[in-house]
Amino acid sequence: MIEISGLVKAYGPTTVLDGIELRVDDGRIAAVVGPSGAGKSTLARCVNLLERPTAGSVVVNGVDLAASSGRDLRRARLQIGTVFQSANLLRRLTAAQNVALPLRQQKVPDAEVRRRVAELLERVGMLHRANHYPSQLSGGQRQRIGIARSLALRPSVLLSDEATSGLDPDATRAILGLLTELRDDLGVTVLVITHEMDVVRSIADHVAHLDHGRIVEQGAVADVVRRSDSPLSSALLPMPPVVDVVGLATWRLRIEDATSPYWLAEVGRELGADVAVLAALVEEAGARPVGRLTVGLDPRLETATVRGSFARHGVVAEPAEPRELHAVPAPGREKEPAA
Amino acid sequence: MSAPSLLAPVLPLIATPWPEVPDLLLPALGETVRMVGLVMAIVVVLGGPLGLLIFNTSPVGLTPHRAVHVSISWIANLGRSLPFLVLMAAVIPVTRFVFDTTIGFKAAIIPMSIAGIAFFARLTEQAVREVPRDLVDVGVAAGASRWQIMSGIQLREALPGLAGGFTINLVAMIEYSAIAGAIGSGGIGYLAVNYGYRRFDDMIMIACIVVLIAIVQAIQFTGDRTVRALAH
Repeated sequence: MIEISGLVKAYGPTTVLDGIELRVDDGRIAAVVGPSGAGKSTLARCVNLLERPTAGSVVVNGVDLAASSGRDLRRARLQIGTVFQSANLLRRLTAAQNVALPLRQQKVPDAEVRRRVAELLERVGMLHRANHYPSQLSGGQRQRIGIARSLALRPSVLLSDEATSGLDPDATRAILGLLTELRDDLGVTVLVITHEMDVVRSIADHVAHLDHGRIVEQGAVADVVRRSDSPLSSALLPMPPVVDVVGLATWRLRIEDATSPYWLAEVGRELGADVAVLAALVEEAGARPVGRLTVGLDPRLETATVRGSFARHGVVAEPAEPRELHAVPAPGREKEPAA
Repeated sequence: MSAPSLLAPVLPLIATPWPEVPDLLLPALGETVRMVGLVMAIVVVLGGPLGLLIFNTSPVGLTPHRAVHVSISWIANLGRSLPFLVLMAAVIPVTRFVFDTTIGFKAAIIPMSIAGIAFFARLTEQAVREVPRDLVDVGVAAGASRWQIMSGIQLREALPGLAGGFTINLVAMIEYSAIAGAIGSGGIGYLAVNYGYRRFDDMIMIACIVVLIAIVQAIQFTGDRTVRALAH
């Protein structure tokens, strides 16, 4: 379990992190998201004490890292496996030697090291690359080795600092799949630092939005995506831009607690009208469907009737001006300024 | 017109005949190898750790410490400030104190070591600086000790750079060994000074030049190959 409380990091007069409160329960995956410069990297470096926090505590399995130093801190760090951006493999060591590094540093006997390295490489699907040097591996392969190395000392917490940025979509999916698998098989607690909303949607149980050094919103992913008027919610489930359809009234829908998988058809039958789906993003979060849709309906239908019908099926409906729809940011492109 | 040919008629037997050159050259070569080898051993053993210490006490090092950094950095600069010939003269009291002599093989060891240690410390610092900080973080985050990080990550990753630095340093030491010929150090430099320069022995001079060029070329070639082999 990781428990961060009252965490402050300041460099001189500049406060980079300001009163961070974050708790990740055993065997959960939490994601910290936010724009560049929000303090994500600093937060990651404060969790494994690569940076010493100015104030506050970072408690991992009951030990406050921020209050430890020297040998105690080194021992506490063994509980945390860190997966770095771009893997940070030692260039002059083979994949197997990289994985073996933390074990050798902890004076694990040779036979045990060999056995453990083979097991870890097997787990990340890289046994066939054991004797390759990092320069001979792809970005995704390097990151797999990085993950294997981070697991070498059987940590209870895995800290992933932008581990998938810079990887292509396939490699990203594979790495995220691997992290989830590790959580399920080994019960590790995972803290993921990322700027990619796709990452959060696909693996996180809990999400925290970091902006200007503060956590401005956090909660279970399944809850957050159902929130209305939440920037984090719209960032997680963005609405694709919609073209005007002449002769239709456009409605924005948000699935809150859909009563049946056929809710859209049922609403159509109830209204006695055809429903045109103009844009939609429907996914599963916490074993329930969540999503946003833009639909077109006959403009002669009464607003209250439409709203009531959707509401009965667990969907929130709001009429939308077509022009307004263009202003909705495209999915996952949080860094681009809104037009 | 150069001096040797002017004086040639006056001094008989001025040039050592070719067949006798190896008799002078080979022992001198042996002395050079012995002298440079010993100095390089001292240089690596003392200069390497000194360079590592200079880097790691710097603001970007593992354990920044301003006072220590500034003082050892100053000491390293001291060893590199003086032209070698001046350094040699300057450390004569030390040499006399340690070896009770100011000429010969032993006398050359001290100034060569001083210059070499300071030089290699800087080369080591430079090579370690090239190792990305992220790789050091890997060790820190995995709970490694400072010593483990320095030896297992910094020095290991810097090995190609260190091999390059070693090559440069070795060539410089051969040059210094020749300069040390002026205080009767023995070796190729001494031979060149005594026979080639003082006795206008062209044969010996040419032989010394050829041998020095060959040695330096061989060292550089081997060094470059080693650096390439170490880099992945």
